[in-house]
Amino acid sequence: MPQFAIIAVSILFDGLAYAMFLFITSVGLSVTMGLMGFVNLAHGAFAMAGGYIVVSLTRNLGIGFAPSLAIAAVVVGAVSVIFERGLYRRLYKATDLEQVLLTIGLAFMAIATATYLYGPIPKSVPLPTWLQGDISLGFRAFPTYRAFLIVLGIVLISVLWYAFEKTNIGAKIRAAVDNRRMAESVGINVDLLFTLTFALGSGLAALGGGLAIQLFGLSPSFAVLYLVLFLIVVAVGGLGSLKGTLLAALVIGVIDTGGKYLYAEAGGFFIYAITVIVLLIKPAGFYGRE
Amino acid sequence: MAANETTAAAMTSPRDSEAIAARDRAAEYLVSRHRYRWAEALPWLACIAVFFLFPDRLTFGSQVLVMVLFALSLDLILGYAGIVTLGHAAFFGIGAYTVGLGAAKFGWTEPVSGLFAAFVVASIAGFITGWFLLRYRGLTLLMLTLATAIMMQEAGNLRSDLSGGYDGLPGLVFDPLLGRFDYDLYGHTNYVYALVVLAVVFYFVRRIVYSPFGQALTGIRENVRRMHAIGSPVHWRLVTVYTIAAGIAGIAGALFTQTNAYVTLTVFDFENSAKVMVMLILGGTGRLYGAFLGAAVYMVLEDYFSKLSPTFWQFGIGLLLVLAVLFARRGVLGLFEQAGAYFGKDKNLDKNLDKNKGTKP
Repeated sequence: MPQFAIIAVSILFDGLAYAMFLFITSVGLSVTMGLMGFVNLAHGAFAMAGGYIVVSLTRNLGIGFAPSLAIAAVVVGAVSVIFERGLYRRLYKATDLEQVLLTIGLAFMAIATATYLYGPIPKSVPLPTWLQGDISLGFRAFPTYRAFLIVLGIVLISVLWYAFEKTNIGAKIRAAVDNRRMAESVGINVDLLFTLTFALGSGLAALGGGLAIQLFGLSPSFAVLYLVLFLIVVAVGGLGSLKGTLLAALVIGVIDTGGKYLYAEAGGFFIYAITVIVLLIKPAGFYGRE
Repeated sequence: MAANETTAAAMTSPRDSEAIAARDRAAEYLVSRHRYRWAEALPWLACIAVFFLFPDRLTFGSQVLVMVLFALSLDLILGYAGIVTLGHAAFFGIGAYTVGLGAAKFGWTEPVSGLFAAFVVASIAGFITGWFLLRYRGLTLLMLTLATAIMMQEAGNLRSDLSGGYDGLPGLVFDPLLGRFDYDLYGHTNYVYALVVLAVVFYFVRRIVYSPFGQALTGIRENVRRMHAIGSPVHWRLVTVYTIAAGIAGIAGALFTQTNAYVTLTVFDFENSAKVMVMLILGGTGRLYGAFLGAAVYMVLEDYFSKLSPTFWQFGIGLLLVLAVLFARRGVLGLFEQAGAYFGKDKNLDKNLDKNKGTKP
């Protein structure tokens, strides 16, 4: 197989794995922003919390990697409800600026707490044997972990798509994103709906945080460092759109990986350039409502 | 003319005369609003007092003044025009690098003309980006401003042969100020230099804020649709103030480079944008002196607590932000005003920004 084809396949494979991580972590942010218009800069902190819970469970309690991921998602999802009910709720009608300040304050507190508990050095996580090693496809060996990430991503996307498009509650969420007041006036309890999606989104973010440890390592700065990427995925995809978030995650994931393969010195330049171009042409993102 | 109206008022019904009196009071208020009050001397006296009281901490003092200037530029767009940006560090960085590159690569070591160059370059950048970005609002604008700042940082990193990358341009040497005052180890010259620059810029910002143009900005912040409806050229107003604020941020960046004698790419950091916003919010937005109080309080607290424990400091600043949003939405100065109003002394700095207009006499 010619050299450029191998590189192209590698970029696609790694980019796809990266895109799955971006999608899993960002999708909750997109739906909650679409529902309430709430700018939640603490979303990265929920992802980081999930990551550290996975680290603690696997390293200190000896629980397996996969069950740890599930526990982290459930715990963070449940705790996020407290934040939503206690803090966020007060600011739904406030300005963007106030929401930005509150949530960035929470993110700072989360980073400080994580530094205090786990130290500033990046943590890793022990993988079970079935996720270690490579899968060989003849011309190139692919890391098993990334293949697992892709499969898991596809499964989650299917489940979310089904829940969003085919179930009653999914229809209610879509209705509330489209027109909140109308949805309320036909008797949909948007408040409750929002709490549910917020918990689900935070749980998924925690799952993403746990999955990210093997890819990037986990340090307290994760909460802000990758937050920018999640926000970009949400803004480029369009608020509250599953399809848009997926498309944006794929575009950003593949382009960022490609840029790092082919022109590493440019760093993140390409994704920011893409973001600016997309938003200048379509201010509401790919599938957002203008 | 006012006399005519009062005599006319005497002949009309009490309700009309009340309306006329209210109009007179409003006119009186608008005319007197921009006059200097005695309280406004306080921050400046404090700055001068610092020079004599803490002669060995003036290097730190000039850093505070630089941040005051930076926060002041943000106040113009955030506090007055209501533009929420996460990328204001872009212009600070451009100013810093204009002076840094000028000194390191082109031998332009004259400091005052360097400030002007930084102002011009940062203004041009502000005009171009503002013209493109300011038609957007909300999350889109946040992301676009953020992405612009990071792109500049990445571009600088790409040309690390010029910018020095994250190692920066160390050991810059500038000419003595006005060809006469050399820089001393304790930063006396730098402090006075920064204070004079701040005072000059402040004078202009104050003029802008109290001009009809400044009023239009406040109008855009409060109700952009109504401003469109009365025919105000909203986009051009925003671009204009964005350009000015970018230029001032550029001056702050240039001062930063000159007083530190080095510059690195971290000036473009998101943290730098967030930090200046936090300072301004803590002090109080849309009231000029909020920038002074916020930057000074933040820098002093940071200096003290981050030596004690950086982790503790970060937690504290997060908690402060949360508390500020929940309980003191108008910053420390806003709290003072509330306290002042509570105790019946309603003569504080800037009443026209009072949100509860119903309480005004």
